[in-house]
This record gives sequence, C-alpha cells and structure tokens, in this order.
Amino acid sequence: MAAPTTTNCRFRPRPGTDPRAPPVYVTGWRRAGSAAAATLRWPVNRNTMKEAEVRRLLAANLLCVFSVILSAVVPASFWDGFTVFGTHLAWLCICSVCVSTLNIILHLVLKPNLAPKRSSFAHKISRFLKCCIYFFMSCILFHAIIVLYGAPLIESVTETFLFAVLLSTFTTLQCLCMLGPNIQAWIRVFSKNGATSIWESSLQITTMCSILGAWFGAFPIPLDWDRPWQVWPISCSLGATFGYMAGLIIAPLWIHWNRKQLTYKSR
Amino acid sequence: MRLRSGVFASSCLLVEALGVALFLRGFFPVPVRSLPRREARGDPPAEPVPPGPGMVSNWTKIPPPLFKKVVIVLIDALRDDFVFGSKGKQFMPYTTQVVEKGTSYSFIAEAKPPTVTMPRIKVDDNVTRHLDKVLKREDWDLLILHYLGLDHIGHMTGPKSPLVGPKLREMDNILKKIHISLLSKEEASLPNLLVVCGDHGMSETGSHGGSSDGEVHTPLLFISSAFEKRSGPLTQPGFVQQTDLASTLAVGLGLPISRNSVGNLILPVVGGKTMREQLRFVHLNGFQLSRLLQENTPAYEKDPGYEHFKIAEKSHGNWIKLYLEGNNSEILLNLGKKVLKQYLEALKTLSSSLSKQVAQYDVYSMMVGTVIIMEVLLLLLLSLPKALSSQAEFEVSLSPLLFSLLFYLMCLMLCAVHVIVCTSAESSCYFCSMSWLTAVGVMMLISALMCSILSAIAKIFENSRPPLKNPVVSSSSWSEIDVLILAGTIGHVLSLGASSFIEEEHQTWYFLINTLCLVLCQELCRNNFLLKEWDPQHSTTVKQNFDSIGEASECKNIDIPAARNSKLGEATSSTEFIKRSDKWISLASPWIILICCRLLRSLNQTGVQWAHRPDFGHWLTSSEQKSELSFLAAVSLLMIFFLVQRRCSLVSKIAMVLGLLGVYSYRAAIGNVIFPWQHASKGISKGITEARFVYVFVLGIVFTGTKDLLKSQVISADSSVKSTGLWEVYSGLVLLVALLFRPHNLPVLVFCLLIQTMMTKYIWRPLKFDAAQITIMHYWFGQAFFYFQGNSNGIATVDVSAGFVGLESYVEIPAIFLTAFATYAGPLLWAIHLLCYLSSEVSRNSAAVGHGCFCYALMRSVPVAIYIVLVTGLRYHLFIWSVFSPKLLYEGVHVFITAAICLFFTAMDQNHSHKVQD
Repeated sequence: MAAPTTTNCRFRPRPGTDPRAPPVYVTGWRRAGSAAAATLRWPVNRNTMKEAEVRRLLAANLLCVFSVILSAVVPASFWDGFTVFGTHLAWLCICSVCVSTLNIILHLVLKPNLAPKRSSFAHKISRFLKCCIYFFMSCILFHAIIVLYGAPLIESVTETFLFAVLLSTFTTLQCLCMLGPNIQAWIRVFSKNGATSIWESSLQITTMCSILGAWFGAFPIPLDWDRPWQVWPISCSLGATFGYMAGLIIAPLWIHWNRKQLTYKSR
Repeated sequence: MRLRSGVFASSCLLVEALGVALFLRGFFPVPVRSLPRREARGDPPAEPVPPGPGMVSNWTKIPPPLFKKVVIVLIDALRDDFVFGSKGKQFMPYTTQVVEKGTSYSFIAEAKPPTVTMPRIKVDDNVTRHLDKVLKREDWDLLILHYLGLDHIGHMTGPKSPLVGPKLREMDNILKKIHISLLSKEEASLPNLLVVCGDHGMSETGSHGGSSDGEVHTPLLFISSAFEKRSGPLTQPGFVQQTDLASTLAVGLGLPISRNSVGNLILPVVGGKTMREQLRFVHLNGFQLSRLLQENTPAYEKDPGYEHFKIAEKSHGNWIKLYLEGNNSEILLNLGKKVLKQYLEALKTLSSSLSKQVAQYDVYSMMVGTVIIMEVLLLLLLSLPKALSSQAEFEVSLSPLLFSLLFYLMCLMLCAVHVIVCTSAESSCYFCSMSWLTAVGVMMLISALMCSILSAIAKIFENSRPPLKNPVVSSSSWSEIDVLILAGTIGHVLSLGASSFIEEEHQTWYFLINTLCLVLCQELCRNNFLLKEWDPQHSTTVKQNFDSIGEASECKNIDIPAARNSKLGEATSSTEFIKRSDKWISLASPWIILICCRLLRSLNQTGVQWAHRPDFGHWLTSSEQKSELSFLAAVSLLMIFFLVQRRCSLVSKIAMVLGLLGVYSYRAAIGNVIFPWQHASKGISKGITEARFVYVFVLGIVFTGTKDLLKSQVISADSSVKSTGLWEVYSGLVLLVALLFRPHNLPVLVFCLLIQTMMTKYIWRPLKFDAAQITIMHYWFGQAFFYFQGNSNGIATVDVSAGFVGLESYVEIPAIFLTAFATYAGPLLWAIHLLCYLSSEVSRNSAAVGHGCFCYALMRSVPVAIYIVLVTGLRYHLFIWSVFSPKLLYEGVHVFITAAICLFFTAMDQNHSHKVQD
C-alpha cells in the first residue's frame, strides 16, 4: 500500500518557539485508506470542537458585518436625509454604537474566553470601570496618532475624534471584550504566535485589517477628484469599516484554511 | 577585477547621471532663441536699399499701427468645425453671419503638438462678469479673454455632448457683445480688431494633447471694419499656423515682431494697404526670421529659406528703385505682386525650418537615455544579493566581456541603427548632432552594460539551481520593518504616475515616515517587554549572545562602542536598576520624533491643494513677528550648537560658536531678525561681510575634518580619528545650511539634528538594524526633510535667495552651487549623517559603508528609472508641463547630487579597506 501507517496523533514542535519548550501534541485528521475510499474520518476530539468553534466564530462575525451594513441602511428609513457621506458624523456614532453593543452582547452570550472566574460584584464593577477607562484612553491615543499623521489639530476635532472612536470600537473594544483590561495578555496576543484560541486569532486578524483599512483609506485624500468621499475623515473611516468587515469575513475562512497549521497551546 | 559594492554603485550612478542628462536634453528641446544682446536692441531694418547711387528710402522706422484696439477671445478647445461646420451654423449664428457676410477673414490655424494648455481660471463666468466694465473703459489697447468651459465639457463628455451647443451659444453672444461694443467705439482714424481663436481642438473622445486633425485644427477669425465686406461664394478657410498670430498682431499694432517668433505674417489681414506697405511688412518679418535662423543654425547660408529671402530682398530693392523713380503703372503693381510672392515663399521655408527645432520631443535622445538608465537599474537589481553579502565585493571580468562576439555584434547593430535614425530623421536631434566618436562611445557603453546584465543573469541561473527549493524560508523571516520598507518604496514609485500624488508628494513621505516611526515603536516595545517577559527562559541565551558578540569584537581588536558596552552590561549584570530611565526614553523616542515631524509639517505648508493654508512659516515671516522670529532663530542656533558640538574637537567647537554668531549677525544685517538692544530698524545692508565671515568658518571646519580624514588614511590611526573627521565635515555643512536657510527654517535644522541624535542613540544602536535598513530609513527621512524645509515639486518654491548669500552680485557658478545645496539640504545632511553612522558601525559590520552606498544608489535609481518611463508615456498629458516636467527636473538634479554623495561614500570606504589590508 502506498499509504503509510496511520496514527491520529503526530508530534510537531510549534513553529517559532523555543525548541526546549515541552512538545505540544496536536491531533490531526488524515485521509484513511487509498484514494478510492476518499472518506474523511474525524477523530472525536479537539478537531470537531474546533470546527464547531469556527462555525460559531463565523456566525458571530457575520452578525457583526450585518450590524455594520444595517447601521448604514436602516437609519435612512426613519431619518430623512441620512446618508453615509452627507451625515457622516451621525453614521460614525451609529456604527460605533451598533458594533459595540453587538460585540458586548456576543461576548456575554458566547463567552469565548473560557475562564469565567467566579468573582465578586465589586470586582466586576472595577473591571468594567477599568475597561471604560482603557477604551477612552485608546480613543485619545488614536486621536493623537491621527493628528500626528497630519489631521488638523484644531479644526474638525469632532470628525477626528469620532473617527478615533470608530477605530477604537473596531480594535480596542474587541480586545477588551476578549481579553479584559490585561495589558500582558494583549502583548501576548499581538506578538508572534501568541494566540491561544481561534477567537484570539480572529481578534488579531480583524484588528490588523481595521487598522490597515484606515491606513489605506488615507491614500485617496491628496487626489484632486473633488469627490464627496474624499472629505476628511470619510475615506479613512470607510477604509477602516471595510477593513473591519473584510477581517471579520477573512478570519474564520483563514482559520478554516489553516486549521492544520494552527496549533494552540492548551491553557 | 574585484569590485567593491560602493565603487560599483558609484560608477553605476555616474553612468545613470549620463543617461538622465541625455534624457533631459531630449525631453526639453532647446527652443530657438535669439542670442541675448548686450548692445542696444537690434533696430528694425530699413527698406532694402535700392541698387544704384543716390537713392535711399526714407522708411526706416517701424510702420505705424493698423488697429487701435485689439480684443483676443481665446476659447479653449475650440475646434474648427465648431465655428465653420454645422454646429457653428446652429449655435453661433452671429459669428457665422460675420464669417459669411461681414468684414472678416477666417482661417484654420494649426496648433503644434503637444497641444496643451496651462489652465488657470476654471469658470467662464469669472471672465464674463468683468467684461462690461472693461469694455467701457478706455485705458487699454489689448484685451485677452480665455474661456476654458468648452475644454471642460470636452474632457467630461466629448465633442458631441449636448452641453457643447449652449456653451457655443454663450460664446456667440459674448462675441456679439464685444463686436458691437468695438464697432460703436470706432473713430475715423483707426479701426479696431477682434480676434477669435482656439488654442487647440479636441479629439473625438474630447481629450487633447496629441496631434490628430481634430486636436490641431482650430479656427482663427479676424473681424474688423478695416476689411472688405465678404461677397461672392463662401470659400473654404485657408490654413495658417497658430504661431502666425504673433507676427500678424505685432504688425497690426505697430510693434516690432518679437525676436523669437517663428510665425509668418498673415497677408490678407494687411491686404487693404498699399503694395509698398505690404512689401515693407513682409520684409520686416523675413528679416526677423532670417536673423533668428542665423543665430540658431551654423550653416544658415545654405538654408533654402535664407537664399529665397536674399533673392526677394534684392528684387524688393529693385522695386523700390522703380517706385521712387515715380513709376506707378500697372507693371509696377504686377512686379510688386511677384516680389510679394517671392517673400511669402521665403517666409514659409524659413519658419518651417525654424519650427522644426521647437515643439517636438527629441524621442531618439530620450530613448537612448532611457535605455542607459534602465540597464543601470537592472544591473543594480541583479547584483543586489552579491553586493549586500558580507564581503560586499564581486568579481567583474571586463576583458572577456569586451572581447566577446556578442559585444561586437551589439555595437555594430546599434551603430547601424544610429546611422539609419540620424540620416532619416527630419527634425533635429541632439544625440545625432553629437560627434561620431561620442555616439560610438555611448553605443559601446550600452552594449557593455547589456553584456554585463546578460552575464549577471547567467551567473544567477548557474548559482541558484541548488538552493532554489526553499525560498519560503527567506520570506518568512521578514520583519515588519522590511515589509514596510519594501511596500513604501514600491508604493511611492507607483504614486509618481498620478499628477496629484506628484503635487502632494510630501504627504506620501510624511505618511511613510510616520508609519515607520510607529513600526519602530512596536519593535522597541517588543524588544523591551517581550525580552523581559521571557527573561527566566531566555536570559542565558541573551547572555551567551552578548558574550559571543563581545568576544568577536575583541578578536577583531576593535573597540566596542559605548552603547554596546552598556547594553552588554545590562544583559549580563543584575539588570534591576541599570538604565531603567534609558529604556523609557528609548520607548518614548519614536513618539518624540513623531511630534517633531508633526510640528515641522505645520511649519511650511507645501504642495498645491493645501498650500494656501496658514502655517507657522508665514506667520513668523510677517513683519509684526520680528521679535518672535529673532527669539526662535537664536534658540535654534543655540540648539544646533549643543547638538553638533559633542563629537567635535575643541577648535571646531570654537569655530562653530563664532560661525553661528556670524549667522545671526548676518540675518540681523539683512533685516530678518533684530538684536535685543536694537530697537529701531536701522539701515539694511547686504550682509556681505557677515556672510563671508561665516564662510571662513565653514571652510575652516570642513578643512579640519578633511585633515583628520587624510590623517586617518595616511598614518592609519584608529577609527575614532576618522569618525571625528567625518563628524567635523558634517558640522561644517550644518553651519553652511544654517547660514543659507531662512531664519524661520532654522527649526527644521534643529529637528533634523535632534531626530538623528535620538534615532542613533535609542533606536538604531539598540535594535541593531543592518546597513540596508538604516540606509533606507535615512533616505526616507531625507526625502521628508526636503519637503519639511518648504520645497515642493514645483519650480516656484526654489529659494533662489540662497544663491546670493555673501555675493556682491550674481555670479553663476557659486549661485547655482549654493541654491542647489540649500534646496537639497535635507537629503544631503541625512546622507552625510548616514556615512557618519555607518563608519562608526564598521566595527560590527566591516562592509557597512559599501552596503549603505549601494542601497542609497539603488533607492535613487528605482524612482528615477520608473519615473522616466512614466513621463515618456505621459508626454501628451494635460499637466506634462505644469506638473510632470518640474518633477523630472528635481529628480534629475537629485541623481547628480546622489552621484556626488556616492563618490564621497566610496572615498571613505576606500580608506577603510586600505586600513584593513594594512
């Protein structure tokens, strides 16, 4: 037989980690028998769990995408004259609020971070307050970075700040939901090979895509086309939004595609 | 022959500079120009002297004007059929009536490609709403109206658009208004003239710039009561050149024909005058053209036009003789007509041979230049892996290359092509006009480059067979910095294809360096936090690494830089409290740099779209803010001293202090800044003495530096002498820049030095980037500083006043040198700083300077080569003269400057290699 002997487990050191770290055993699926009997046999272990997780992730992400689309479409039905370009600031607010509420609800429902510690009410409150402060600080930080990139300092402060809020919603808020106000965890997730679950991989991808989208969104500003979407900050916020949506869609697909390579250290 | 990468890169850049020069010469054809004359302007010629003694014509002055007032209505993109075709009949009834029955002459004027406009006013109403007021006034002789709306309609929707009709009707009404107003003002003495013309037509898609019939055929209407009323059947309008308008108007207004005009007089316009006057006019025109020809062509006497003119002049003389004798018969008139015909023939030949020299791209020279530049780029790219290897050397075998059959075949083929092109070319060509020896030399150069490219490709194929399997490994090891550097370089090059991105190129660079700083910040965070986090696991390996580095450097017997020592100490010793503050400064440094860049960005608004925004520079230079400006300049000079002095010798420090004081007193002398004790503004001088005082110190510091450099080469002292020497040369240049920069730009210099210091101390040294990355970062910052100092890609922002600092009057060579130096101060200072940095890093990587030189050359070659290809493709673009050509000039000059910098790099590298061999 051409097919080698089959085992359900194989040893593979995690790429890019210290070789002296304890080996991680990873379960993998394989093609059973010859090509004629092309049936896939799924070992009943973490892989099926992973598949289910990916499906849950996909559903959650699609919900987020729909919330963004709805935030652009629905207000026009009860608010005359609402357009994404024309009343951009209103849209920015609506979109941020929609996405953040949905994210918080999803977080409460799905509980992706698997360790819901039993903690006191006071602890929860302080945690929540900390999260609020972190979110506000991230808004300020984004605002500062945008100004450093050349946004006007005094004029159109509202536009810049709302754009910063949108960016924070797409990036920081998700991190806060997923990881809590824990800087060490953030650094771990955003360093190379630091993700420990598909939710964290998804977080990495959507955050990167949102920021890259905003970055690319600045490109058309110098062009002299005099289009309505070239007005500050429309192109950037649209770029961030499209980047975010793209990230939401790409993340489950990418995880599904690379499910063999993705090996998460169990907690 | 072994070649080091620095030498290789500089020779490549020199060849590239040659190619750029050739391309520029072909792209900007030198227009025919009369020589600038010191003596009084050439008097208009008298009538030709009739042969025989005793008779002299009394017509020696310019003839009097034929028209009192002239109105020129220029309608952009007015194609001939819009007036003479069915559209004209439908939408321009008044004009059609004037053309068919009125007192007018109509022509089709041919435009010369490139058919472009330099658009300025964009709304036609802005022109029309002043018309009534102006027409009522009496204080003008010539009125020019430029209507751009039709062109916009053409660009947006094409010539068949429904918008064209109403626009033509609007134009017709305006023409009617002007014509009636001119007629009502007319006095008995002199009639008025209305000229209607288009600057170019439009193609069937509505664009223009090329040379199709629709684009070059424009209507030209002369309307005046001086002309005879049209009668009889309507004839097809005759063809004239657009350039003829200038000569005709000059004659009509009684002015001398401008010396550089290549046009012919349009004879029907002066058809109402007597035969003698007509002959006089065409003689003036012919004389002007033949003089222009004399000044531009060496062999003008053989030109058929010139010969014709001389014959016609002779017959003219004979005719005058007959005329002055009182002969006034029919025969004289017929004879006059014959002379006129001779003149017209001569004029036509003259102006056609003159206009061949203008308004055409010299495509052959451009092609040769482009080929050279592209070959150099290819060669640089192909030798990239070898040049950046640790030896930074490669084997170049010229002799087998020069004796190969391929080389000779290629030479022969190129020479044959050259002969064919040059003998068949109709228009003049710069490359063909060079001597044969030079041309053959260039052809040999091209074939040699081609052969070396081929051999390089062959070598790569030979070598890369075995390790071709895993290219993934190399790509996966790319850090964020590498990705950003590559993407930024490619993105910037691609952005050069869009005119807006060229106008706003500063935004591209600011954006890139901002992103670079953020990525550096991330890198620093990773370096500081993650290493700490994994400390228990990794401290041993880190320690080992540092130990091995220390051992390696000790083996080489080269002193370890202080920064390394501290780093080593940090890793090996107990790490609790040492350099904690250093870490935080290091983490904050990208943010400080970002803030500096943001401040600089609002110092000088540049570009086109946002250039009108208020900025600090304008605020500071306004006269009320003199004391603020003085304070700022003083503080900046002080800061410059503190930032520069730390690595200078004592003598240079003193010279620096005196020089900077001199800079301030120079600015005070010319009235830019004030001394605190000086309350009233005293007389303003040119500040020659003060400026020369500073020049003395600049030369002194540079000389001290050079002396150190020579010393380090000759007696091969330790490398610290050399780095001090380099730093002194650098500080001398800083002093020169401080002198040449306007006072409000001195903060640019301060921030430049500050950023360099911070980068060196807290970012580049700790993060241990390789020479290529450092070079590219220097290049990016250099480009950004080019724009921070207020430059743009338009010619208007070049500060020519820098060329007059310390000079009594305009002296060409120093003025050009100083202006170029001041304009490119940013990139130059960063390049020299790069050299200082890399030569201090030699202990770590002995080939650092060579790598830096090679990367710098490559970074310059890539945009130039791509841009030249882009410009060649876009040579009929609407903005070619207003946006793309100035940028081309900037790029060209930058290549020359970079070639000089690379030569300096190579010279420094040479020293080092000698020393290593010793």
